[in-house]
Amino acid sequence: MTVSKRRVRAIFRKELREYRRNRSLTVGMAIIPALFCVQPLVEVFGLHSSASAPLSHEHVLLYMLGIPALVPSFVAAYSVVGERQQGTLEPVLTTPIRREELLLGKALAALLPSIAVAYVVYGLFLACVELWALPAVASALIRLPDLLAQLFFTPLLAGWSIWIAILISTRSSDVRVAQQLASLASLPSVAVTTLVALNVIKASLVTAMVAAAALLLLNRIGWSFVSATFDRERLITGTR
Amino acid sequence: MACTGAGPGHGGRVDSDDGALELTGLLRRYGDGAGRQASSGTPAIEVSHLTKKFGGRTAVADVSFSVARGEVFGFLGPNGAGKTTTVRTLGTLIAPTSGSASVAGIPLAPENGVEIRRRISIMPESPGLYLRLSVTENLECFAGLYEVPDPGDRIGRALRAVSLADRAHDACGTLSKGLRQRVALARALLSDPEVLFLDEPTSGLDPFAARDVHELIAALSRSGVTIFLTTHRLEEAERLCDRVAILNTTLRTIGRPDELREQLFARTLTVRTLVPLPDPGRVFAGLPAVDSWHQDGPASYVLAVSDPAAAAPAATRALVAAGADVLSISESRHSLEDVYLELIDQDKEASRR
Repeated sequence: MTVSKRRVRAIFRKELREYRRNRSLTVGMAIIPALFCVQPLVEVFGLHSSASAPLSHEHVLLYMLGIPALVPSFVAAYSVVGERQQGTLEPVLTTPIRREELLLGKALAALLPSIAVAYVVYGLFLACVELWALPAVASALIRLPDLLAQLFFTPLLAGWSIWIAILISTRSSDVRVAQQLASLASLPSVAVTTLVALNVIKASLVTAMVAAAALLLLNRIGWSFVSATFDRERLITGTR
Repeated sequence: MACTGAGPGHGGRVDSDDGALELTGLLRRYGDGAGRQASSGTPAIEVSHLTKKFGGRTAVADVSFSVARGEVFGFLGPNGAGKTTTVRTLGTLIAPTSGSASVAGIPLAPENGVEIRRRISIMPESPGLYLRLSVTENLECFAGLYEVPDPGDRIGRALRAVSLADRAHDACGTLSKGLRQRVALARALLSDPEVLFLDEPTSGLDPFAARDVHELIAALSRSGVTIFLTTHRLEEAERLCDRVAILNTTLRTIGRPDELREQLFARTLTVRTLVPLPDPGRVFAGLPAVDSWHQDGPASYVLAVSDPAAAAPAATRALVAAGADVLSISESRHSLEDVYLELIDQDKEASRR
């Protein structure tokens, strides 16, 4: 099977245009990162220099990987069931587009803003820490391995959340239910990143590489699996 | 019962001057169409014993018909008759339970779905537009999905074809229902389809816009595009379609509108006189081509005739000879609507029994 880049691009552009003009989606995407930042920032600003020693042995900022795990689930869960509810899915499915192309276009469109939000929020968080936290605390928090982990794991985690959310979206008949289920489904990823941040799961280069490879594989499997279970007839007629 | 039918007739077509089409610019796109019609003898759509069930409910049962290339084929039936299910099946959106079909010369099979959808276009009953996007943005998306070359030019021509060029940058959400319907029609024209499925294309349109759509359909048909028209507007089907099929889960009948009228209704003459005839039986009995007669009002008589051209002069002479003051003698014309209502009534009666 060959994937038509033009058809994927058509869906990708259309989705991005829709996201940009759908206020409820953009607000939803902004709220989650805000919730992730406020409490930690307040705590960081209150830390004394003495806290920097234990902080230097932990990877507290990996907690921010919860953002790419949660944010895309909100938009990706909307992608199929939202179109179905609007009545726009059927015209798309009457075109020559393959289900793999449709889903890839939708996934990429959810991935791009999610990554952007995750990086921007992470950057702002670092800037706030650098500017207003005590220097010892800031240098204990901001370390190159954690920055690299954030850089590489953000798209991988976001991708995995997206495939789960799209899978839920193809099986749901209500947008809100799909979004709630997708948020729940992304909680295991948030839990794992939180456990790493709290040093319950020991982070190392090897575990990071294994985790990255596993997520890469899961993303590829996710695309194939969601495509295989995408049923035009059920989505259009609501039966089968 | 399964009715079958093949081949187009050419009665009842709307005549639209080519000027309308030149305005749209579509002739440039479709060429004169003769080549496309002549290039292939295979039907545009061939359906054989098609059945679709949803669980225990049968939506379409044992339907067979054939649509020739370039034909305008009307598909009529009450709500829930299986029209949309048939269109969705032929459009590869849903799989038939049994039976076979070919669309644009390609057998209906899962592996042929992309190729069939490349050659057809479906305008669903609900426009299904992205309301937050502009008209052009909607069409750009679909131009990409069909991978049409030179999408900007194609979009411009499709919009001109439906007289929407001046609304190209409006958000679809701000358009009226009728204008949205026209955007959906423009979207269906983007891909230069061999077979165009139109589900209620004039629903929500004002009479002028509906007339434009009728002219567009006629022009598309002349240029070789096969039109599969699902409609509730029976006068529309009668004007536009070479042949019509009436579906009510099973195919009830198929043929040219005039053929169907003749199949279902006896031809009649209605005679009106100034005062009631003292002995109408003596006047009408034994007239050539008059099979039977009955009184339909105090001074009105309906004659069942086999040949109105022979019966009308004979009846006139007989009436004059009887000293009757004749107000009118007219042939009763049954419409496609009469045919439709008669068939659907028969089904309702049958289901009650």
